[in-house]
Amino acid sequence: MSLLKVENATLKFGGVVAVNDLSFSVNEGEVYAIVGPNGAGKSTVFNLVSRFYQPYAGRFSFDGQDLLSCKPDEVADLGIARTFQNIELFDHATVLQNLLVGRHRHRRTTLIEELFFAPRVRQEERHHRAAVEEVIDFLDLQPYRDKMIAGLPYGVRKVVELGRALASGPRLLLLDEPASGLSVEETQDMRWWIDDIRKQMGITVLMVEHDMGLVSGVSDRVLALADGAKLAEGTPAEVQSDPAVIEAYLGAGAA
Amino acid sequence: MRIQFKTSYDHDIRLFPDRHSLIVYGALILLALVLPFLINEFYIGEVTNVLIWAIAGLGLMLLTGQTGQASLGHAAFLAIGCYTNTILIEQGLPFLLAFPLAGVITGVVGAIIAIPALRLHGIYLAIATIALSILADDIIVLLEPWTGGVSGKFPDVIRVFGMEIERWTMPVRFYYLVLAVAVMCTLFYRNILRSPLGRAFDAVRDSEVSATAMGVHIARTKATAFGLSCMITGWAGALMGYYAGAFNNETFSLVISITLLMMIVIGGLGSIHGAFFGAVVVAFLPQGLSILKDSVLGSGVAIPGLETGVFGMILILFILFEPMGLYGRWLKIRIWFELFPFARKDMFRRQKSYLKTERLR
Repeated sequence: MSLLKVENATLKFGGVVAVNDLSFSVNEGEVYAIVGPNGAGKSTVFNLVSRFYQPYAGRFSFDGQDLLSCKPDEVADLGIARTFQNIELFDHATVLQNLLVGRHRHRRTTLIEELFFAPRVRQEERHHRAAVEEVIDFLDLQPYRDKMIAGLPYGVRKVVELGRALASGPRLLLLDEPASGLSVEETQDMRWWIDDIRKQMGITVLMVEHDMGLVSGVSDRVLALADGAKLAEGTPAEVQSDPAVIEAYLGAGAA
Repeated sequence: MRIQFKTSYDHDIRLFPDRHSLIVYGALILLALVLPFLINEFYIGEVTNVLIWAIAGLGLMLLTGQTGQASLGHAAFLAIGCYTNTILIEQGLPFLLAFPLAGVITGVVGAIIAIPALRLHGIYLAIATIALSILADDIIVLLEPWTGGVSGKFPDVIRVFGMEIERWTMPVRFYYLVLAVAVMCTLFYRNILRSPLGRAFDAVRDSEVSATAMGVHIARTKATAFGLSCMITGWAGALMGYYAGAFNNETFSLVISITLLMMIVIGGLGSIHGAFFGAVVVAFLPQGLSILKDSVLGSGVAIPGLETGVFGMILILFILFEPMGLYGRWLKIRIWFELFPFARKDMFRRQKSYLKTERLR
């Protein structure tokens, strides 16, 4: 069953066609990776799905619902969480507070209740905290719980960003280059985590990644993009041996 | 060195995280309550002034320190609060109803004004809100039937359950009233901070794009911040009216807006302490300066612009050497003592983390 369905998506920035008549669908419970050379339109696809960009044409549906009728902040309510290529954390807050912001879509209390900190707010806070603690345990973030983001190393920030997305309790997780800038060991950790996110938590993962080791290690299906259009789609092995993909990466004649 | 052992999630939710802070703030409240018995009425008046400024500072802090939206228009909201309160009481409403309502009305007006204004960012928002400050003056003059125009208004004596409160004849009662409002506003501020809305404010301040991705409605959150900020500012304005004893269109000028913003920067952006520290500076500096000037140059000499000059210099020095404000300095001193003798000189040096593209700069 397909959870996310993109049909004939097209996006133009002036004369540049960033995404060109692209269709793909992500099945529930799978890890789907998008690869492609720089400027292929991978992150643009992400920004289209999270509604930061308005497509020129095309249909986007999530679990049968029309995504285009959602505003960017309503996408999270559907159960879609994302991370960013260049880490967009809240720098002047602690790791714990960052993860708690991930729970924002579960906010049920009103302004007045919060102003007086009604008992219900306290109860909700405990629930949010318990949910966040599960994520902290899962990602081994205990040592950093009360640390400010501004003082954390890059690798940890990357994990915190994954944690913040997980804290929202998503059905679909969009990971924009989860392993960029990570060391070999950290990439390995990221690989186990993505595996566990899918298997233990049952969350569908859509990711953009350059590290082919990671992509072929965790993903069920891979979509190769070039110049905003689909080059190849299939299992990691199929895509890697596709002549069109090899040509796009290495140039004509290399195959 | 104090180590906090957390045994339940409530440690992070409670108003006072541990016994230590409960004792400290309890003692502070106690001191505030017995203060009228310790110092004379003139100084009680001065402390009242500090508290009123602190309330106004809390209002602006919520917007600027917490949500990251600079405003140079808060004098206009002081004015709205002040005039609304006075007019409501003239209409026959009791103080206990008129005063809260004045804040709420100011908040609603603020939220409505915020909807178009908050499309602007940073310096542009600051410029747009300057217009508010300037407009307020003219609007007060234009609405003469209600506001009294240039000749201004004199607030009535406050009556609460048959008890009269007046700033000049019974400063101690007025002090307790202001103290109660200050404690209430601080509580509101703290409650917002420890609930989802407060975290949404932080999120909007630090990264709008990822706040959106987490389901935070940016425009609505900013408008809420503006509304809450204006509500607290409105209360401060009403109290300022009582404190001054008379006000007209020139009372709440642009200079007040600028002073407010300077106050929270000097105090330390993004902290409740900062609003109070800043208020102490703003309220006592003019007195301190004039005492200093009199003792150095004699009482006959006038130096125009001395106050503004000194204020400006203090602001520049803070931005250069202590961007975290007085509160940041206070934290550093406290940690130095807590860690004694293990504190190191470079402990607070700002760490820079470089992203790929920044390394070449």
